[in-house]
Formats: sequence, structure tokens, C-alpha cells
Amino acid sequence: MSNNLRQGSLHIVNVSRIRKRGALSISEGRIRVMIKWFWSNLAAAALSPTLYLLSIGIGVGKLINTHSGGVDGVKYLTFLAPALLATAAIQNAMDEAVFPTLDGFKWSKSFFAMNATPISSSQIADGILIAALVRTFFSVTIYGCTIYFFGGFSSLRGWLAIPTALFAGAAFGAFILGIAAATNNDDSFFMILGRFVMMPLFLFSGTFYQLATMPFYLRWIGWISPLWHATELSRYFTYGHRLSGVMVLVHAGFLIAMFIFGLHNARKQFTKRLSK
Amino acid sequence: MEDISQNPVLIQAKGLSKRYGEFVAVAGIDFEVKKGESFGFLGPNGAGKSTTMRIIAATLNRSSGEITILGKDPEKYGPEIKAHLGVVPQTDNLDNNLTVEENLFVYGRYFGLSKKFINGKIEELLDFAQLVEKRSVKVETLSGGMKRRLTIARALVSEPEILMLDEPTTGLDPQARHILWDRLFRLKEQGVTLLITTHYMDEAEQLCDRLMVMDKGSIMAEDSPAGLIKKYSTREVLEVRFGSDRNATIAPELQKLVERIEVLPDRILMYADDGEVILHLLKEKGMHPITSLVRRSSLEDVFLRLTGRTLID
Repeated sequence: MSNNLRQGSLHIVNVSRIRKRGALSISEGRIRVMIKWFWSNLAAAALSPTLYLLSIGIGVGKLINTHSGGVDGVKYLTFLAPALLATAAIQNAMDEAVFPTLDGFKWSKSFFAMNATPISSSQIADGILIAALVRTFFSVTIYGCTIYFFGGFSSLRGWLAIPTALFAGAAFGAFILGIAAATNNDDSFFMILGRFVMMPLFLFSGTFYQLATMPFYLRWIGWISPLWHATELSRYFTYGHRLSGVMVLVHAGFLIAMFIFGLHNARKQFTKRLSK
Repeated sequence: MEDISQNPVLIQAKGLSKRYGEFVAVAGIDFEVKKGESFGFLGPNGAGKSTTMRIIAATLNRSSGEITILGKDPEKYGPEIKAHLGVVPQTDNLDNNLTVEENLFVYGRYFGLSKKFINGKIEELLDFAQLVEKRSVKVETLSGGMKRRLTIARALVSEPEILMLDEPTTGLDPQARHILWDRLFRLKEQGVTLLITTHYMDEAEQLCDRLMVMDKGSIMAEDSPAGLIKKYSTREVLEVRFGSDRNATIAPELQKLVERIEVLPDRILMYADDGEVILHLLKEKGMHPITSLVRRSSLEDVFLRLTGRTLID
């Protein structure tokens, strides 16, 4: 060891500071890892919306706009944009909640190293979620810019789809974080999540057409889907999709409830697994 | 609140126990660790060493009994206690996505340390862990010994009062073990309180001022390594081999010559203060072992005496 004078942890570690900022230290570490993948993250964030917008927004949109003059009183791309943004937010938040959690508990076990520090298990859960939302914000913003470039926002209000999508990402991210923390078998977890959760959410949440167009017996998927609630809210904000005041509260309430329950459960699962 | 920096007793446990259903992992143990001491838990796998360490590290709740670390109860003051511990777990849990120095940096941030402080500390720790040239290398490419040293360096980033090492050299080759022992010895010289679990007697002898021998969750004995040997063994041991089929039959004859013998599957251990004298006596009586070895008593002999088993079964 060098000749530096040892001060000792009693003099240099400030626990009350960690109580306030511990979660941010966890996020800082996670963001450091994300930055290593900056270019591939950027490419993924930009490429996938471009492909979607080219094929469905422009291609299918042209067909719909020509035959029925758009959907919900606006051109198809404007109708579609809020749903695509919310989907991207949910997908990003889910990826960033699931992979680091499985890595932290199972693969590298780095959460156990964090747990040996003054940071609490709940703060670890919070920190992972915050980092997931930073990444989500980054991706959704790039997605939003791409939509803007393709003319998907009919007015400046269109940009409101970004915070709404982030809100959806927070709700779903918190929900899935607790589930990932309680997961031991990662192989079947990914299979179930991809095939039986993400795919139906994407297809049956009023993404490509309004939920009311669906047969009644399939609409329930939308009702329990954060994607539908976020999309409805976002359409309301961005182009004035007609919603009653009650429904605005229902959609916002659903996402808030999902966020609160999700975060509470995530904290509980992190604490349980780290103190086994 | 008492001033914990002045209290010479850093860890105090009374009747500490941990049960998982019917299974008793730690069976009501008492011990004390003083400031600046190097304290070891010696015992085979499953003795309850790691469980005791996790209770001290405030990551596992006890079932009953009392324990204070730096004067505080870990169940009530987890973060306050963890702030002053450096923990080196049995398996390295470094962040494989980050480089060597990033691992140190990020960990320092978990203790709320400033970027400036950590950056200065990183230089010191890389030097300490002999990893200066590997600073920008991703952790997954390091050898086992390097990872272990980095894990120890990481635990030191916050200048902990107590450094806890769970089986620090398990799985390392002899050279890597010696480098590690040297680093730990330097820390001890600086007055860092070390808490070590090991099932290697040589490691316990090298590093620990005081040892607690554990088996099946209980304390079998507690003293300095030399004190334990003096109390539970003779000065020397004569190891003799008569061939695996003859060892058992000749044992009663050997028993008459010394205070105590241990019959192991491949050899017989004869405990005496002067092994050469006993060997001479054997030959005089016409008992010629195939091989013989006189050595000093070790902690292995202490453990054998206390439990009837060897440390690594």
C-alpha cells in the first residue's frame, strides 16, 4: 500500500448521505455499463422505429389514408405514433429491468456485492429502475425524433407522447422488476415473457387500430395492458383523441397503481432474496 | 451513542444462533473480536463459519442470541454497520461488464465517496493488488488470483474498520495464495481488524492472532494458533505407515508407547513431545514402519483431537 494516510471509514463514510443518494449510486454504475454499449444501443433505438415507420406507418398508412382518410380523425402515422412510442418504452424498460436483475442475482451475483455496502436492498431495486428509465428516455427520445422526421406529429403536442411513454415504461418496468427478482429459471422466464406477455400486449392493446374495433371477448387484454392505457392517454394528449374525464383518470390511475404496486413488490423481492 | 472508534471490542456475540427449520447452522456461540485483531473461524465446510460471517455482515438475521458490531445491533443498524465493513465473499462477485478500475470506482460510489477521493484511492489499491497494468482490462479476462486480489482491493476502497474474508484463498494455486497472504499481512500491520474463515490450517496459522475452531455450528475451542496446539496436542507428531492392512492391527501396540494415537486410513499419528525418541523405541521393539515422518504438531492435529475428523474430509 502507498504511504497515503489511512483515515478510516468512520471518518470518510457518511451514512445519511447514502440513505438519500444510494439509489442514484446504483444507477450511476448501471449507466456506466450502458454507455459501453452506447453505439449499439443508439442503433437499436433508431433502427427499429425507422423500420416500423417505413413499413407500417408509411406503407400501411398510405393504404389506410387513401381508403378511409386515416383513423380516429387523424392520419394513420399520427394515430400510430403514441402506441409505437409506448411500446418502445415498455420494451426498453423491461429489458433494462430484467437483464441486470438476472445478472445481479444469478449470473455475476453483483447485487450481493452491493448488498454488502450501506446501500439497502430497496435502494438497489430503485437504482436499477431509475437506470432503466434513463435508458428508456434515451430510446424514446430518439424514437420521437424519428417519428417527427417522418411527419408523425401533427403539432407540437405530439411530443407529449414521450413523457407519457416514459410513464408507461416506469409502470411496466417496476412491475417486471419484482417478477424478475423472484425468478430462478431464466430460460423459461424469457420465453414466457416474450411469447405470452409482450407479443399479446403489442398486438391486442389497440396499437394498430382502436380497441373498440376488436371483438368484445378480446378487449380484456387491452384493459389489463399498460400499453393500451398509455396509448389512450397519449392519443388524448397528442391529437385530442376523445376521452371522458373519468377515462383519463382510469388510464392514469391504472399506470400509477401498476407503478406503486410494482415498485413495492420489487423492493420486497429484492430484500427477500438478498437476505436469504 | 457511544464512541465506537474508542471501543476495543468491535464484535461481541452471546448465544448467537441461526436455524433453518430443524437444521441448526449456528448453535448458540459466544465470541469477541477486538480492534486490530486478526480473528479466524476455522472449521470444515458446513461448520457454520459463513453463516456467522453473514450475520456479522448484517446480511442475514439471527434466530436468537445477541450480537453487536461496533456497538450496534445489525438488525437495527444494517447500513451504519455495513459502512465500516469490507466484505470479501467466498465467490467473487465483481461486475464482469466493467474494467478493473471501474469496479473499484463504482464500489466506492456505493459508500457515497467522492469521485476525487475514489480516484486517488484507485491508484493506491491497484498498486496494493498488483493490478496497475490490468487497470483498463475487463474483469472477466483476469486470472482467479487477480480476481481475488481485486475483490479484496474493492473491499478496501472505503477504508473499513473490519475486513471480512470468507475462504480467501480457496481455489487459488500456491503462488497466488502466498501473494494474497502477503497482502493481508500488510493490512494487519496497518491495524486493520481482519475476520477470516478458512478450512486451511496453514492459512489460519499464517494470518490469525486468535482462532475459533468450529464444527457443526458450535465452538470447539478458542485460542491463538500456538495456544491451541499447546493445549490440544503434543509438541511433535510421528507419522508412521505399516501398510493399510497392518495399520489397524498394530495400533494397540503403538498406543502403549505414547499418550495418544490417531489411526487414519493410510497412516497412524503418534503424539509425543519428541518424535525421534518414539521412532527409535519402535525400532528397538522390532516394529519397522514402511515410512516414517517426524513433524511439529499443527492445527490439523488440534482439529482431529477435538472432532475426531480431519478438516478436509
